Amino acid sequence: MAKMTLQEKLALLSDAAKYDASCASSGTTKRGSRDGKGLGSTTGSGICHAYAPDGRCISLLKILMTNYCVYDCAYCVNRVSSNVPRARFTVEEVVWLTTEFYRRNYIEGLFLSSGIVKSSDYTMEEMVRIAEKLRESGFRGYIHLKTIPEASAGLIERAGLAADRLSINVELPTDASVKTYAPEKDPVGIRGAMGKVRLTKEDYSERSYTGRRRGKFAPAGQSTQMIVGADPSDDATILGNANRLYGAYGLKRVYYSAFSPIPDASAVLPLVDPPLMREHRLYQADWLLRFYDFGLDEIVTRDAGGMLDLDVDPKLAWALAHRDRFPVDVNRADKETLLRVPGFGTKIVQRILSARRNGALTLEDIRRMGGRVKQASSFVVARGHTPGQMLDAADLRARFVKPRQMELF
Amino acid sequence: MYAPRLPRIGTYAAWRETARRLARAEIPTAAVDWGLEGGDASMFDAPLPVNRGDLRVPKSFADLSRSLIPERSGRGLTLAYALLVRLQDTPKLLSNRADPQVAEARDIAKAIHRDLHKMHAFVRFREVPDTEGKRRFTAWFEPTHRIEEPVADFFVNRFGDMDWTIVTPEVTIRYHGRTLTLEAVDSLRPEASDPLEQLWTTYYSNIFNPARLKPDAMRAEMPKKYWRNMPETAAIPALIANARTRMTAMQEAGATAPAPNTARRKEKNANRPMPGLFAPAHLSDLGRDLAACTRCPLHGPATQAVPGEGPADAALMIVGEQPGDQEDVAGRPFVGPAGQMFDRLAAEAKLDRSAAYVTNAVKHFKFTQRGKRRLHQRPDAGEISACRWWLDRELASVDPELVVAMGATALHALTGDGRGLLKRRGGLEQTRDGRPLLVTLHPSYLLRLPDPESRDRAMADVRSDLSRISELLDN
Repeated sequence: MAKMTLQEKLALLSDAAKYDASCASSGTTKRGSRDGKGLGSTTGSGICHAYAPDGRCISLLKILMTNYCVYDCAYCVNRVSSNVPRARFTVEEVVWLTTEFYRRNYIEGLFLSSGIVKSSDYTMEEMVRIAEKLRESGFRGYIHLKTIPEASAGLIERAGLAADRLSINVELPTDASVKTYAPEKDPVGIRGAMGKVRLTKEDYSERSYTGRRRGKFAPAGQSTQMIVGADPSDDATILGNANRLYGAYGLKRVYYSAFSPIPDASAVLPLVDPPLMREHRLYQADWLLRFYDFGLDEIVTRDAGGMLDLDVDPKLAWALAHRDRFPVDVNRADKETLLRVPGFGTKIVQRILSARRNGALTLEDIRRMGGRVKQASSFVVARGHTPGQMLDAADLRARFVKPRQMELF
Repeated sequence: MYAPRLPRIGTYAAWRETARRLARAEIPTAAVDWGLEGGDASMFDAPLPVNRGDLRVPKSFADLSRSLIPERSGRGLTLAYALLVRLQDTPKLLSNRADPQVAEARDIAKAIHRDLHKMHAFVRFREVPDTEGKRRFTAWFEPTHRIEEPVADFFVNRFGDMDWTIVTPEVTIRYHGRTLTLEAVDSLRPEASDPLEQLWTTYYSNIFNPARLKPDAMRAEMPKKYWRNMPETAAIPALIANARTRMTAMQEAGATAPAPNTARRKEKNANRPMPGLFAPAHLSDLGRDLAACTRCPLHGPATQAVPGEGPADAALMIVGEQPGDQEDVAGRPFVGPAGQMFDRLAAEAKLDRSAAYVTNAVKHFKFTQRGKRRLHQRPDAGEISACRWWLDRELASVDPELVVAMGATALHALTGDGRGLLKRRGGLEQTRDGRPLLVTLHPSYLLRLPDPESRDRAMADVRSDLSRISELLDN
């Protein structure tokens, strides 16, 4: 086989990496290079340097170290039984691509993942070497390392010291599905590795008896990803699992990735269009659980077969089912109640709370602050506004549902 | 009428100085016509009033005004002054976002922040031949507003080890030899390229997933006006045009046969479990069965069952309540805060923990979750009795000479009655299967005691209980 050019490798190994949804570069320690001795900086909220036509942010150089893999996961384009061409970057190639892209302001840093070659420890060590080499060369940008679950504790520790974020994918919503579709992966082992990351991070955050810290371990925390739509799990199962993962491992994010067809597919999985709306609703529900104090049983009910409503967002769906809790008076209600109004986000609620000290607010005032009044108006009382009969109208739900586009024939 | 004309570089400082003098002289907003040097001259331009000292403004106004001055139409200059004047009578003005002027100012500030953010993101450097042995890069960018001054620091902090220049139609920002200079000079867009652009476009094209085509979402975040200075965007039309075809082709191709060398590749998997050479020890057998336990509902929310640990023939067995948050994640008993408290007391009582078999009455963590936090909950009688099956097997297998019950749950599990713990503490009782049982408090109870005095007393109690153990074992 002729030797692949760097461009051919890059094409292959970035194509193989695109099924990882995460591209975040936020929430790490603040670093910079104004001292002239290194390259790069980090900002609080991360930067998207470009957007692909799939609407997703491109913040990091997201590549696999290699797409050779000894595992046979049905959903994965790189599984051992797939016919895709294989390639592998050298350590130097990844370091070079990352810094040269960074110098031209194309990226915030590197997201490195990999197929499993030889053994977990071998693969992890090669990945850790890349991150360490980047740091040695003075690179201060963002590094996200995918962690191989079976890797030894010592390697996970080195990974966390070089990288900003570590992630280990739980892959599928239930242990049974992992066993079916990713036979070599062990869900207990995956959780064990997430536990190791959490405990190591806590260990590092404690000061020694001299009051000094030993270093920063994965300052941007850890995250995980679940594929949605490849197995029959319902939304209640998916969100229940996510909620457990947030609680047990202190995850920064759980990413939901709508299963999309891959070239060279396996026979056991459906080749349908990815369920993008379902994925979107799951993210909205995830937000409600984490930032709006909703309970899981409020968001997905057994009446709906454990699935989220695809037509309206989960907060609106909750409000429509609990109309007795409305209307809410924007000039009197407390924070918790305001957070439950469809169309009000956490920021808007904060603005309402501080602005209403200057006098009663009208709907127009709230629109000016950035509230989505069109959605909220049926659920709130404001100065000069009551929803009246609107709240009880039988067709209230229908007013929020976008008419479906006619299919081209 | 006043008509201050501000310089293109140093605009904010000049605006601040001028606005301070005008506001101190109580010049109304309508009497000031703000503008930039080189813009329209004014028919009337009175000399500025003399400087009469400082003005007090809230800190949030300093940040807000900085974001208003770069606004291109000049409205930001006027609005910033209008707010400054009104703040003299209404110091809390900025907290009221319902106020139309505050709302407008926040909207402008938001547009400026977006412009800054997009410039941080979309500037594309190109390498230019170096002359002094240091690598040099240059970029052309067309910001919507006059943000060259506030944006420069971001690039200084990021590209501290290289020489670079960013040219905009009105200003040239230069960072050479670690010195930053800004110069107001008109420039035209250069035609240039960099060999890395081809690699970058390769990456851009391949990270795109054609099954998820959403061009509107892309354009909302990366408006077309930026495209001509971003090399990768040349690939967009073809990526969009071919997306559906690629997707249909994948679907029609359907599943493929496994690669012919699959079996050979799988053999390279060094992770595959080796066939067992030795029969597993008795207790680890128990641990494996325990991992699959579904005898009570607690196995659902917990991440794993936590078996006991210690020598399989230990003379001493210590029983706690249940794993906590950290034990649940680590899979080991007594490693969290309560475990550390226990270790400390044991060390003070000269008790060797590693010689004891340490376990819990209930093997799964019971908790309620608030957001991301997991709050400990005491196991109920049903859960304790469901889990006693495991505790009994541990007792039978380890066969200890002495058992220590720490806390009411352990006492309940071992004797069938956990009531009256404080009265029974320090006493020697019997387990259901007739072993001597020393009763003491649970370390997490000590951690929860609010006042230091009663905590010290309780700690001393536990310490004295633990220090009796070696004597009890000798008899």
